[in-house]
Amino acid sequence: MIKTRLLNFYLKSPLILASGILGLTASSMKRVIEFGAGAVTSKSFNKDWRTGHKNPSIVPFEHGMLNAVGLSNPGLDEMIKEIQLYKEECDTPIIASIFGRSIEEFGEVTRRTCEAEPDMIEVNISCPNVHSEFGQPFGDSCPDTAKIVQIVKEHAGNIPVAIKLGPHGPGIGVIAKVCEENGADAITAINTVGPGMLIDIDVQRPVLSNLTGGISGPAILPVAVKSVYEVYKNVKIPIIGTGGVTKPSDAIQMILAGSTAIGVGTAVYYEGIEVFRKLNEGIEKYLLEKGYKSIEQIRGAAHE
Amino acid sequence: MSMPIVLKVSAIRKDSKNVKTYVFQHDLRAKPGQFVMVWMPGVDEVPMSIGWQTNTEFHISIADVGECTHAIHEQIKVGDRLGIRGPYGTSFEFADYDYIIGVGGGCGTPPILNLVQQAVKAGKKVTVIQGARSKDYLLFKDLFNELGIPDLKCTTDDGSEGTKGVSTDILKEMLEKLDKSKKTCVYTCGPEIMMVKVAQLCEEYGVDCQVSLERYMKCGFGICGQCCMDDSGIRLCKDGPVISGKLALQHPEFGKYHRDQAGVVIK
Repeated sequence: MIKTRLLNFYLKSPLILASGILGLTASSMKRVIEFGAGAVTSKSFNKDWRTGHKNPSIVPFEHGMLNAVGLSNPGLDEMIKEIQLYKEECDTPIIASIFGRSIEEFGEVTRRTCEAEPDMIEVNISCPNVHSEFGQPFGDSCPDTAKIVQIVKEHAGNIPVAIKLGPHGPGIGVIAKVCEENGADAITAINTVGPGMLIDIDVQRPVLSNLTGGISGPAILPVAVKSVYEVYKNVKIPIIGTGGVTKPSDAIQMILAGSTAIGVGTAVYYEGIEVFRKLNEGIEKYLLEKGYKSIEQIRGAAHE
Repeated sequence: MSMPIVLKVSAIRKDSKNVKTYVFQHDLRAKPGQFVMVWMPGVDEVPMSIGWQTNTEFHISIADVGECTHAIHEQIKVGDRLGIRGPYGTSFEFADYDYIIGVGGGCGTPPILNLVQQAVKAGKKVTVIQGARSKDYLLFKDLFNELGIPDLKCTTDDGSEGTKGVSTDILKEMLEKLDKSKKTCVYTCGPEIMMVKVAQLCEEYGVDCQVSLERYMKCGFGICGQCCMDDSGIRLCKDGPVISGKLALQHPEFGKYHRDQAGVVIK
């Protein structure tokens, strides 16, 4: 396995289960670890439970997937229990993904989440499928992003904080810089892209109950690689490169663009949970064939 | 493989007080026990098991229990269309057995019907036990008869038809005097409390057992994590809905709790 350092902890693999995939329960996240993930990210949660959008909420298409799950989650108290349960039984790092409906809620959720002692807190300010309820994502605005990073850092104590950004807004490099200047410890790039829409041609109406949703999977890989490249150019803090990684060559592109670790989510649909094992083997093979000892040697190499 | 296919309802059967069966002319090629996601455009999409199935049609039996199923009962008429994704998930495996015992409880009976249909075709010996609240809730008497199953037993809570009591009472009697020279498997789908009892009885008597479980689902293809079971983390849409009774019994949530749409534990 390829050991990687992310901030103050070591990962047995650079692959991290991305938020929103198989991250609702401790049992499920533990199972993903058994398949070779180096860390897991919980499903994003906020203060009170949410049922999310009605089904269909996730629809695959030829080159990816469209989802408008709508940030369903059992709420802070239940998720804290699941994270604690996970930590009791598993020593592989866990990242708690949080969000808030207001800037103040981000602070409160962070403060409470610290009770569960996750290895990192990931702050989701870029979900593209709750627009009708939440308005424009906070991550599209530099002042809002700055305020959220400040309030989260204020409450996170010594738990490192990653900010999850989308490819939209005033430019991901600019927003990443704002995050770094306000104390963020890492950047997760990117969230799903869009929103997009798919229409059923028989029923002649949008397939998703929410009409629109975020795009993930192979279709967004080039956007994700470019975003990571852009962020790497602008900040010094580590990047969890996420978006469309399905094959080992995708993961290697993410590293070459500047990722320290790689988020994997939608690929589970194409390859099963075994995708973690396959990606680990593929990355290892690449390093071996090219004569590298670690991924640190090629991180950001595309910039030279 | 991904977007729903939209199919016309070619007939509707009223199978019990709260169950209507929707017939579609389509070669679904589902294995018994698998499920489909049924989309009522503008309302919701819900997982449903497959009942009667031939190479030209399949049946989906829907109990009027929630907002979406109620909307289907109220609004969908013959000629209207529903979206279908699937079939998904694991299936009842019967090739290795000589004797098939199906235990269906209420609206969990459709996949047992489909199993029995395939097993009869394969020349297996078959017994079906169906349990329901009362005679108004017993399903598919005509279809089981059409299959020529000589050994069709039923129980009702109120004794209005068949034996008064629960299906597991009959199963226990059968397992006690089971001919051990025949390779037997018990298959069950219905209220979870009944399936726990079935799985426990099979453990007690050393008989193989397969159960079909249900949890709230969003995607249906193994990525959202909504239908994962504690403590193994298996996904019922992909690693289930059919699992062995032995495996089911290892799960502390089996018969005890499930999670709702938000993921909140409901006991």
